[in-house]
Amino acid sequence: MNRMFAIIEREMRKFFRSPMLMIMSLMMPILQLLIMGNAFGGKIVGARVAIVDYDHGPQAVKLREAFDAIAVNIKTFTTVEYQDEMKAREDVRTGRIDAAVVIPAQYSRRVYAQSAPRLGIVVDNSDQFTSSSVESEMQLVVTALSTPVIQPRLANSIALEIVELYPYVNYMKFLLPACVALAMYISVMIGGGMLYIDDKARGVHEGYLVTPITKFELVFGMNIAGAIKATLSGICLTVIGSLMAGLGAIFDPMVDLELLALILATSIAFNGMMFLLMVRVEDPLTPRAMFGVLNLLLFYPSGAMYPVKAFPVWLRALAVVDPFTYCVHGFKAILLKDGGFAAIQFDLLFLSVFGIGTLLIATPLFKRTL
Amino acid sequence: MHSNDYYEKHQVPDIAIAVEKIVKRYGDFEAVKGVDFTVARGEIFGLLGPNGAGKSTLIRMMTTLIPLTSGKATVAGYNVAENADAVRHMIGVIPQALTSDPDLTVEENLNIYAKLYSVPRDERAKNIQEVLEAVDLVKWRGAQTKTLSGGMRRRLEIARGLVHNPHIFFLDEPTTGLDPVSRIAVWEMLNNLRTTRNLTMLLTTHYMEEADKLCDRIAIVDHGTLVALGTPMELKHSVPGANVVEVHFDRETPEWQARLEGLDDVTSVQAQSAGFYRVLTTSGSRTTMQLVELAASLGETLTSLSVQNTTLDDVFVHYTGRQLRDEQVKPPAFTLPPRPGARP
Repeated sequence: MNRMFAIIEREMRKFFRSPMLMIMSLMMPILQLLIMGNAFGGKIVGARVAIVDYDHGPQAVKLREAFDAIAVNIKTFTTVEYQDEMKAREDVRTGRIDAAVVIPAQYSRRVYAQSAPRLGIVVDNSDQFTSSSVESEMQLVVTALSTPVIQPRLANSIALEIVELYPYVNYMKFLLPACVALAMYISVMIGGGMLYIDDKARGVHEGYLVTPITKFELVFGMNIAGAIKATLSGICLTVIGSLMAGLGAIFDPMVDLELLALILATSIAFNGMMFLLMVRVEDPLTPRAMFGVLNLLLFYPSGAMYPVKAFPVWLRALAVVDPFTYCVHGFKAILLKDGGFAAIQFDLLFLSVFGIGTLLIATPLFKRTL
Repeated sequence: MHSNDYYEKHQVPDIAIAVEKIVKRYGDFEAVKGVDFTVARGEIFGLLGPNGAGKSTLIRMMTTLIPLTSGKATVAGYNVAENADAVRHMIGVIPQALTSDPDLTVEENLNIYAKLYSVPRDERAKNIQEVLEAVDLVKWRGAQTKTLSGGMRRRLEIARGLVHNPHIFFLDEPTTGLDPVSRIAVWEMLNNLRTTRNLTMLLTTHYMEEADKLCDRIAIVDHGTLVALGTPMELKHSVPGANVVEVHFDRETPEWQARLEGLDDVTSVQAQSAGFYRVLTTSGSRTTMQLVELAASLGETLTSLSVQNTTLDDVFVHYTGRQLRDEQVKPPAFTLPPRPGARP
C-alpha cells in the first residue's frame, strides 16, 4: 500500500509544482462559460427593419406607432422608411437591413371591414436566430392589434397558464454544468492522458517497473492521483463558475455534499475511461491527436449544449453510454433545480459503475513489463 | 553497505548473475541469440558493443523489464522469469534514459524511490544521506532535478538505484551523453561504490576506455551474440600482435597495404583512410624502424607515426571484423551534392 501512496505522492507533488496544468485545465472552460454564456444568452437588439407603407391609412399609422414603441423600449429592432418593396427585398438579401414589413394598399380598409387584413414580412432566414426574434416581436404586435377593444364576457379561446418551477435560467447558468464537466475532462486528459504517455516515453515508468511495486499498486496509484486532480479541477470550476453565473446554490452545505459526490463519481468515471484509452498507447502524439476527437464525441452528445431528446436515435445511443451525459445531468439537477440526492442517484450509480468497470478492464491490459 | 558477513548470513550466492542460452525474439527478429555468461559476486562486468548489439535487451531481461523468449537468467540466486519480485528487491537499476522526475527535488526523488522499495521509514533518511554523500550531491538535495547538469542528473540516477542498498547494480550506458570530465567522475564514483558497498555491477557501454578502466571482465556483444569474454588484459592478449603502429603517409598508393603486410613481425594491417594505416605487430620498435626505412627508400613522406599497445578497439576489430566507432557514427542517409566548381 505504501508503494501506491508513493505513486500518488509523486503525482500530487508534480501537480502542485506545475500550476500550469491546473490553470490550463480551468482556463478553457472558464473562457467558454464567459464568452459563450454571454454570446449565446443575449436577445437580439437593434435589428434594422424596413417599413414599406402602401396604405398610409389610420391602421397603418397605428401599426407604425407600435413598431416605434418596440424601437424605444425593448429595442429588438429600429425601423427604416422604404418606398419600394423590391428595393427593400433586395436590401434584405444583401444584408443592409435585417427584415422588411410591407403594409399593402387598402390595409386599413380591410381592418375596418374585417376582411382578412394581411401584412407582409420579408426575413433573411439564413440567420434563423435574428429572423425568428423579429418575427416573434412582429407577431406580438399583430396579436395585440387584433385583440378587440371590448373583451367578451366569456373567453372564447383556451388559455394556457404556465407555471415555471425555477427562477429564470440564463444561458450562462445553463452552460455551467457543461463547463464543469469540460474542466474535469481536460484535467484528466492532460494529467492522466498526456502526462502518463509523456512519462512512459521519457522512461520514467521504466524506473518504476524495476522496483518491487505490483501492477495493482501502480495502476491504482496512478488512477487515484488522476481522480484527485480531476476532483480539484471540478471543485475549482464549480465555485468559480457559480460565482460568475450568479448561482448561490454552492452556499448550501447539503448542495456542496451532493456536488462533491457527483464530482468524485465523475472523476472516477473520466479517469477510468482515459486510462482504458491510454493503457497501451506509446506515442506521445496520440493523446494530443485524440483530445479534439474525444471532446467532440463526449461533450456535444451529452446534452451539454442541446437537449438529448432532440437528437436522432443513433446520437441518443451515444449519449446513453457517454459519462458526460450523466455528469451534465447531475450538475443541472443540483445547481439549477436543487433536486437533491434523489435527482442524481442514477447519475452517481452510472458514473461509479462506469469508472470501476473501465478500470477493471484496463488493469489486465496494463503491461508490468516494457 | 554490505560486508562479506552479510552475504554469507543471507546466503547470497558467489555467482551473482548467471545467464544460460538466453534468447529474445521480436517477431522474426532475434535481438539476443543464446548468450551465456556468469558474473561473480563483487565483480564489475561490462557488456561492450555497438548500438543495436543487444546490450540493453540483455540488461532489460536480467532486470525483469522484458520477458525472456527462451533460456534462463538467474540474478542473486533467483530465476528472473519465475521470481521477478525477489529479483527486483535485490537489484538496483540505472536505465539508459534519465528516469528521475525533473519536477521533483533530488531528495524527493530519492524519497519516492525509497518508498517504492519499501525501505522502512526510520531507515529512509539515513539511506538518502548516505547515497547523497556517495554521489556528492548533499548540497543539491533541495534542488529541483531539472536544474541539475547532465553529470549531476546521472549521479542522481546512481543514487536512486542505491537508495535501497541493492546487492547487484545494473547500469545501462551510465555515461552516455556526459562530457569527458563528468564521465571520469562517474567512473571514480562507481569504483568507490564497488569497494565501499561491495556491490556487484553489470554495465553496458560502447566506450572502449570505460570498459577498459572500469570492468574486471568484459563480454563483447555483436548482433545479439557474445563474441568474446575475458578480462581486458586477456582480451588484448588474445589479439595477435602486441603493439599497434599508426602510420600516416602524405599520399595514398595502392601498394601500401601489401608493402606493410610484407614487413617483419606484422600480423595484420587495417586501412583507416587515405594513406592512414593501423599496423598490428609483435614488435612495435622493429616495425617502426622498418617503416621509416621503407618510406625513405621509396622517397615517400611520413606525416605521422605512433606506437601504442593493443586496445579494446583492436580486440573488437579482431572479433567482429569492423571498428566499434564505425557503428557509433553512421554516415548520413543524405548528403548535399558538391557546390558547382568546388574542388573535391
